[in-house]
Amino acid sequence: METKRTTFPSKTLPYALVMPQLLITLVFFIWPTWQAVQSSFLREDPFGLASTFVGLLHYQRLFQDPLYLDAIGRTALFAVAVTVLSMGMGLLLAVAVSRLVRSANAYSTLLLWPYAVAPVVAGILWWFMFNSSSGILPYMLSFFGVDWNHKLNGTQAMILVIVAASWKQVSYNFLFFLAGLQSVPQSLTEAAAIDGAGPVKRFFTIVLPLLSPTTFFLFIVNVNYTMFDTFGTIDATTQGGPNQATNILVYKVYADGFIGLNLGSSSAQSVVLMLFVIGLTFLQFRYVERRVQY
Amino acid sequence: MVENRPFLAFLTHLVLIAGVAVIVFPVYIAVVAATHDATAMSSGMMPLWPGAHLWDNLMLTLTHQTPGLPPFWVMAWNSLWMAVIITAGKIAISILSAFAIVYFKFPFRNLAFWLIFITLMLPVEVRIIPTYSVVANLGMLNSYLGLTVPLIASATATFLFRQFFMTIPDELMEAARVDGAGPMKFFRDILLPLSRTNIAALCVILFIFGWMQYLWPMLVTTDRNYYTLMMGVKRMAAVADADPQWNLIMASVVLAMLPPILIVIFMQRLFVKGLVETEK
Repeated sequence: METKRTTFPSKTLPYALVMPQLLITLVFFIWPTWQAVQSSFLREDPFGLASTFVGLLHYQRLFQDPLYLDAIGRTALFAVAVTVLSMGMGLLLAVAVSRLVRSANAYSTLLLWPYAVAPVVAGILWWFMFNSSSGILPYMLSFFGVDWNHKLNGTQAMILVIVAASWKQVSYNFLFFLAGLQSVPQSLTEAAAIDGAGPVKRFFTIVLPLLSPTTFFLFIVNVNYTMFDTFGTIDATTQGGPNQATNILVYKVYADGFIGLNLGSSSAQSVVLMLFVIGLTFLQFRYVERRVQY
Repeated sequence: MVENRPFLAFLTHLVLIAGVAVIVFPVYIAVVAATHDATAMSSGMMPLWPGAHLWDNLMLTLTHQTPGLPPFWVMAWNSLWMAVIITAGKIAISILSAFAIVYFKFPFRNLAFWLIFITLMLPVEVRIIPTYSVVANLGMLNSYLGLTVPLIASATATFLFRQFFMTIPDELMEAARVDGAGPMKFFRDILLPLSRTNIAALCVILFIFGWMQYLWPMLVTTDRNYYTLMMGVKRMAAVADADPQWNLIMASVVLAMLPPILIVIFMQRLFVKGLVETEK
């Protein structure tokens, strides 16, 4: 890793400068992670006095537990649905805004602010809209013969959390797609237009391929968002219910560990999730490296 | 625009108006709910047009206390403090460590960098219990320290400053050294002023980040004097199952989400810069 051509000669000062950051990292990140890894291999007795090494037992149990395997599938479905929905909306709106000149800024402002809505608040807002007693959407849906009750119907509960989580994320995707679209060279679009390509054809043959780095980057960020940041959304709407229907992995870590007090299993789940984030981060940074060279 | 197609222009506006409508609708409904009195809300059909009770509801929210929760202003104060401390803390420790990593050569420099990098891969959501027990052992539950310090380490802010410092011409530092400036003087008089816009952009992003925290404050606070707004509105909504006072709940929700939204709207340029640069 590079530094400046010349550096300051001090021997002790740099340590003092990185110390606050490193201390916090070690105490609140590395140490707890180590604890989680450790306790995923241990079993504590009910009084928390002694613990025995049980090897991979927690992991074995975890991957034989139908509840956990279901949660993996559910999380994948949730992540894909939210990612596709919010990226699709974001791209559509970004393409529309990028065609405008005068009103582009006004539309951008109107589309950007949901980024500042906390996931938990997004959950409350949509929960209120879907509320079966006075909510506006069940009322509208009843005209189509849909009987909405996300407290009983698992599929409807899943739809509720997907909509709430996607709604908040559209503005983020919109912003990055818009930045990507603005960096597509105008000359390419013009050349294609002269060659007779219409707007739709230009979009699919020129704009979309040039956007692929942005798309890939957003894909990773969105998967990360749905897997971890949506905790508040779930907690404010369904709390994983009904009957596990919206219990995604991150909520399960919390529910099993903090409410169910099953430390070994919760730690093993934490470690599995960590490995997943590490994988995602590597993907993201490999790609960033390439983009820098490009 | 390459060519003039009136139909396409019409379609563009149609898509955008529909998009804005979908995005704004949930918040519009919340605001409408906050403008009605309890009878209008409990009549079975949610009104679609604003009523006349916004002021009453806001005043009730600010003065009336929900059982089990502290007064609204206490939670607002806690949220504000939490966001401010996280913002200031993250910026301070990140700019210092980026300075060390870019402007000094020292043993374990790479190790330090990688340790900071690793924090990216360990979101608090995946290590809830061990982090909680560390904070509990340090006696930091129910305090501003416990609420903020564990969230202060920041790889993204460190990277942002590192990236920015690398673009500053070497000659600036060499000239400062020739003129007899020590490292801290160089940092204070040259780097810090140059980093002003980056710091401002980070402030916007980090304040929003701090304000939106939900899981962590929920874990480390049992004393209601440390509850934050995000926890508060969630609990109000959860109680609502039994006795729905939607107008008051939505008034609190609207108040709770207003500060970061106003920041995004009025500091849009800094917000966009901060968001795009921290994610690189």
